[in-house]
Amino acid sequence: MDFGLTDDQREIQRTARELLGVRAKPERVREHAESARMDAELWRELCELGWPGIAISDEYGGGGLGLIELSILCEELGRSLAPVPFLSSVMAASVIEHGSTPEQRERWLPGLASGETIGALGAATDGAAELVIGGADAQLIVLVEDDGSARVISADEAEVSPLASIDPTRSAARVELDPNRPGGSGETLPEGCAGLGHALVAVSSELVGVCERALGMTVDYVKERKQFGVPVGSFQAVSHRCAQMLLETEQARATTAFAAWTADADPERLAEAAAMAKAAASDAGREVTASAIQAHGGIGFTWEADVHWLYKRAQLDAALLGAGKRHRARLAEILAQRLDRIAAAPSG
Amino acid sequence: MDLTFNERETAFRDELRGWLAENPPAPEPREGGEGTHFSWRRDWQRRLYDGGWAAPSWPAEYGGRGATLTESAIYFEELGRARVPMAANVLGLLLGGPTLMVWGTDEQKQRHLAPILSAEEIWCQGFSEPDAGSDLAALKTRAVKDGDEWVVTGQKVWTSGAQYSKWCMLVARTDSEAAKHKGLTYFLMDMEQDAVQVRPLRQITGEAEFNELFIEEARIPDANVLGGVGNGWKVALTTLMNERAGLGFALQVRLRQLLDDVLAVAAEKGLFQDALYADALAELHVRCESIRLLAWKGLTDVEKYGQPGPEGSLVKWLWSDTNQRLTQLAVDVIGPRALTAGESWSYELLRARGNTIEGGTTEVLKNIVAERVLGLPRLKVAT
Repeated sequence: MDFGLTDDQREIQRTARELLGVRAKPERVREHAESARMDAELWRELCELGWPGIAISDEYGGGGLGLIELSILCEELGRSLAPVPFLSSVMAASVIEHGSTPEQRERWLPGLASGETIGALGAATDGAAELVIGGADAQLIVLVEDDGSARVISADEAEVSPLASIDPTRSAARVELDPNRPGGSGETLPEGCAGLGHALVAVSSELVGVCERALGMTVDYVKERKQFGVPVGSFQAVSHRCAQMLLETEQARATTAFAAWTADADPERLAEAAAMAKAAASDAGREVTASAIQAHGGIGFTWEADVHWLYKRAQLDAALLGAGKRHRARLAEILAQRLDRIAAAPSG
Repeated sequence: MDLTFNERETAFRDELRGWLAENPPAPEPREGGEGTHFSWRRDWQRRLYDGGWAAPSWPAEYGGRGATLTESAIYFEELGRARVPMAANVLGLLLGGPTLMVWGTDEQKQRHLAPILSAEEIWCQGFSEPDAGSDLAALKTRAVKDGDEWVVTGQKVWTSGAQYSKWCMLVARTDSEAAKHKGLTYFLMDMEQDAVQVRPLRQITGEAEFNELFIEEARIPDANVLGGVGNGWKVALTTLMNERAGLGFALQVRLRQLLDDVLAVAAEKGLFQDALYADALAELHVRCESIRLLAWKGLTDVEKYGQPGPEGSLVKWLWSDTNQRLTQLAVDVIGPRALTAGESWSYELLRARGNTIEGGTTEVLKNIVAERVLGLPRLKVAT
């Protein structure tokens, strides 16, 4: 048994972290957040490197790699909060790749793989999605409903109303289908949300990166900040808070890594694993970033400090496709079904 | 990343499963008290021993199978899964033996290892004292040299199995002038002397897994010093490190079994239709799976990369907290019947209170995580 990454995967992680460390520094993230603009230059650069298509089949011009590789990139982007529409685009691509007809895939995936087409994914009720992350920048929008159905619509055929969320590192929009317009209902995906597990792992991975960054920032701060003549990190109330942050982050990391692994190695377990990952990562995202603000004391509450961007990103990602309660409910269904099968099985 | 067992590991697991299926323990005695129960565990260890399964992680030269860390973990998982009793000499097998292998002389290993394995000589641990729990180095039990013997006086607490033990892993102060951690020596004390009085320590569940030891001028030959005079702290650390490792895997499987039992009752009662119960049950499932993943990650990281990650302390912390939540939820799921004396759920509920205290309190574990994993500074206290 080995939880480690392969050499190739480690290389992807290393180069991603290096690149974003240079190209998505906190000052640059802040600049784009405050002006509510995506970093178009960085996005172009990532497209040239093949990031958006990393896990799309090479049949459509993608990198043909797996969910683990995609997960690595999502984590690094979460860690840096890079203001690019990566997550929403890859989540849209996941649902499309696993839910479409071959003809639909031919039409949509090459653009998503190259990044020429920016995608977005949102949860809709009766054809209306209140908040689609990346919705204002996207050309292609995937709407998924509670019943497991999925529709794809191009942005110029839908009702897209940009809005500002609390996380200005990415755009957002309200998106509604309009059956009265030609093309306004979009196209159904015959396999619906078959790719949802992949999408959930992607956002969970980003949350793990956000948590890591929040923890790292907090530990650095409490080692430096002195009160009563000592670093505040030496007080157990503070150090125990940090320990708790690590515990939550590691649970999120372990369940997310497991889910990424199941996609190729044990696909029957992906639905359960993705629900566990999204539940753990959503809870961790909310708790760890809130805790980070707390541990920073007064400055944690300022606009000027960098902690709040992490909190806001975590909030949006936690709510995306449902946070802990939603996925625990799904898990409970899976567990109950399993027990029904055991009870119904002939004994002996 | 590969979360499966390889061929050798699968073969190991299958061999053990097969052996366990063919060699179940005798049914658990319901009457006869603690002595009868202990004999049952001793017989079980003898059966394991006869089958070559008492301590697979020991080197073959000492009667083991030279099992890898992964195989050892599989061993504990399978024992847990088969719901067999814990071997009577668990402290000798997991703590005493491994400590002897690191620090013992050839004579000491010759003398002690085989009877540990066969359960002929039971071992107990004399570490904690009434005034030295989390602050173990503050222990006061004193050993004074007299000819070629040591004369020991003091008190130990939380000594499980003492009433059945032949040998005690005893840490005592041999130099009061030296700094706290440096004046200690690790002894193997013969429990069969009048100078050592054993008093059962009744716990909140009603029975006494543990004991107090009252040691009044007990005698220990010099040959029973382990690891050299004044080196007691280092030797004790070897023992404490082993404490966390092995048992964890059996405990983690046991937690899963308890959860599966609760899930089955919840399903029968239609509680999955109740959103609050469904949420609480699913949360426990996530935690259980996280514990398993973190335990395996921790172990395989050490096995492959030599470096432990943060998982060690995290796993014990998470396991103990989860077991408390699970046994509490069980009361809600099962109903007040779970609180009746003699009901296994009432035992699990009460026994779980000890999980966050024994083997390193949660408070201490958080300190370890904060200081050793996150590198946070420690507030200066009396050293």
